Amino acid sequence: MKALRKYLDKIKPNFEEGGKLAMFRSVFEGFETFLFVSSETSKSGVHIHDSIDAKRTMTAVIIALIPAVLFGMYNTGYQHYLSIGITPGIWSTFLYGLLAVLPIIIVSYVVGLGIEFTVAQWKHEEIQEGFLVSGILIPLIVPVDTPLWMIAVATAFAVIFAKEIFGGTGYNIFNVALVTRAFLFFAYPASMSGDKVFVRTDSTFGFGGGTVVDGFSGATPLGQINIAPAEQIGSFQPVDVLGNPLSLWDMFIGLIPGSIGETSTLAILIGAVILLFTGVASWKTMLSVFVGGAFMACIFNLIGTTVYMTISPLENIILGGFAFGAVFMATDPVTSCRTETGKYIFGFLVGVMAILIRVLNPGFPEGMMLAILLLNTFAPLIDYYVVESNISKRLKRAINK
Amino acid sequence: MANVIKIKKGLDIHLKGSASNVPLKGNASETYAILPESYNGISPKVIAKVGDKVKAGSVLLVDKNHPEIKFVSPVSGEVIAVNRGEKRKLLSVVVKPDATIEYEAFGKKNVANLQPEQIKEALLEAGVWPFIKQRPYDIVATPTDTPRDIFVSTHYTAPLAPDFEYILKDQEADFQTGLNALSKLTPGKVYVGVKKNSTLKPSGVEVVEVEGPHPAGNISVLINKLKPLNKGEIVWTVNPDDVILIGRILNKGIADFTRLVVLTGPETTERGYIRTIAGCTIKSLVEGKLLEGKEHLRIISGNVLSGKKVSKDDYLYAYDNQITVIPEGDETFEFFGWATPGLGKFSVSHTFLTWLIGKHKEYVIDARIRGGKRAMIMSHEYDKVFPFDIYPEYLLKAIISFDIDKMENLGIYEIAPEDFALCEFVDTSKLEIQQIVRNGLNLLYKELN
Repeated sequence: MKALRKYLDKIKPNFEEGGKLAMFRSVFEGFETFLFVSSETSKSGVHIHDSIDAKRTMTAVIIALIPAVLFGMYNTGYQHYLSIGITPGIWSTFLYGLLAVLPIIIVSYVVGLGIEFTVAQWKHEEIQEGFLVSGILIPLIVPVDTPLWMIAVATAFAVIFAKEIFGGTGYNIFNVALVTRAFLFFAYPASMSGDKVFVRTDSTFGFGGGTVVDGFSGATPLGQINIAPAEQIGSFQPVDVLGNPLSLWDMFIGLIPGSIGETSTLAILIGAVILLFTGVASWKTMLSVFVGGAFMACIFNLIGTTVYMTISPLENIILGGFAFGAVFMATDPVTSCRTETGKYIFGFLVGVMAILIRVLNPGFPEGMMLAILLLNTFAPLIDYYVVESNISKRLKRAINK
Repeated sequence: MANVIKIKKGLDIHLKGSASNVPLKGNASETYAILPESYNGISPKVIAKVGDKVKAGSVLLVDKNHPEIKFVSPVSGEVIAVNRGEKRKLLSVVVKPDATIEYEAFGKKNVANLQPEQIKEALLEAGVWPFIKQRPYDIVATPTDTPRDIFVSTHYTAPLAPDFEYILKDQEADFQTGLNALSKLTPGKVYVGVKKNSTLKPSGVEVVEVEGPHPAGNISVLINKLKPLNKGEIVWTVNPDDVILIGRILNKGIADFTRLVVLTGPETTERGYIRTIAGCTIKSLVEGKLLEGKEHLRIISGNVLSGKKVSKDDYLYAYDNQITVIPEGDETFEFFGWATPGLGKFSVSHTFLTWLIGKHKEYVIDARIRGGKRAMIMSHEYDKVFPFDIYPEYLLKAIISFDIDKMENLGIYEIAPEDFALCEFVDTSKLEIQQIVRNGLNLLYKELN
């Protein structure tokens, strides 16, 4: 490591103001701090600092996402082979998924980080780590058959218009990954919904070819629920791509069609435990989303005039993007509420809105994305009233002294 | 014990290198200095000239705005330098001491018979007035004000902080005199914060027990939990060491600035309490007691959270009773430091595996910032170590945007920069929070006065 350090010290002057490669300064600094923790010492204020920094925090989130990523890859392969009627080994299944998902991850990172690097250099700032998380979230919330160019366009749109124009990481109002998803959803609705996009039936890089079996349908369970006629109330049964009934357990484990990372509630729960234990995400937000969702689902159960209304709170939570949104999206500290009281309100309303949109809007079988984006808008307002109550308490005290 | 305050929010950082309650011999200080930088809210005007012979208690400088506030020489000798920095900013007035100290005689005072005005005069005359600070703004108190209450906290809770009860030994009478004098200066009460099960029993004041992690001993905790400060009100605060000083000067009638300074930190070879005189050189306190040669050291006048970085040629800051020596750390480059499991790295968060080791292990933490500066990303980080009914993040944002109404409404009058020290320590975004608060208070003071 010493040799590497020496080499970095040797080439460093080139990147400093006036050096030959000064235009790549931010990139160099980015890599330098990536390789070695900065040895800069404090000049004013506290003389010692906690070891945590933005890189470490983002790393914790990425580690928490790994179970969902790996399971998403496996499930992509699983759904594919199910649809062509072959039962290969576990490794072939995973390999197929890996080959299908990896290009999406690469495109998301290359486009997003490319923009981040450019903007950082342009503003003469350090490269910020925010996109390390957004870049892995994006592949997890899109259908596997989304064309790569669409992902590239949507990522670029989100990074520029949802983040950089606000000032970069820490200043954005909307969750960047969800803006990407929303852009795809509204700009290319045909490629983002329906029953064709959630299961890849073609071969990937010439791997895993075959013909789709008869009776195949790639509709997600929520898609099936959404179109089920009212006569099926009480008898409705979600099915897999071949029409076999799905049990609650299958849906919890996540071997169902859906966006890449959202299907397995189990993998998401492992992530949730990591996030909560490391203290990176707030349990208040997370819990409130689930409570809000269950609450709204119960209300709809009482009404029960469509199949969707009769879906139990538990199924509502483990199906679709609800759990993923609750654990990884609603808890984004930058775009959710920043006061503790606010977090309860924010989370609860996200849960309520998600189920409300799901059940009542015939166009969209899923409502989590819109619910979180909507509440992102209201988060500052909620915080404003929480802080305002502290202010009025202080003013009252001054008057009553 | 009538009053007990318990706080839960906060953080005790267990550092290696605590001092046990033993005396330690310092070296003779070659020079002594008054550092105007120690005192907030004053504009110094130099009275003494280079070459002047002075006694302990002779005036060296005064405050331009309140010339009655005097800063006196702690020793007798010759003024050898008036150091100025950029824009002729006064840095220090240096005195070379005589072999034996001669004192200006102010006359012994019997506090019981004095009027408040006479006490103020005596304190101003002897040069101990600057040790009385006021809230809001955390600046030197204005003699013409009458404070609502006066607060003293004898419970030092910062990392490696001295034990006041050890410092107090044999000085109980002076401490009591100091408190008596202070209680004459306010129509309200003098509140004295003490640690749990303290043996301290001063009379004529309101004794309050404080329990909990740091910043339990900060004066703001007493104020905030007992009688929060409202707009327009003024309270005064005095460090307990300086209460002793005030009492001693009234009792003895001479400007005797002797104080105990504790030498602490992992990079010291000997630790303990050194008897010295305010304004002494750092060298006289640390020479021969450091682990030198191994790596760069950082010497801090004060504690690791709110002290100032000094070198051996600098001087002890006026309010300080502690020297901490830690490794600087600027020679350490950690390969992929952010990705390692992080055993043994101190962090409040569980993102490092340090939590496996247990809470009470003692750490050596060097002065590295350990990360780049970012916008505020994490929420609720500051709140966990900030035991006041204030939203720290929102107050900081109000200060940064200098929105006076917001700052007032969010409680800036109730706090001092040191209260934000732990926020700065735990901050993922590595912002210089204490500096932000100090600048905010200074600007606000300028704006409103």
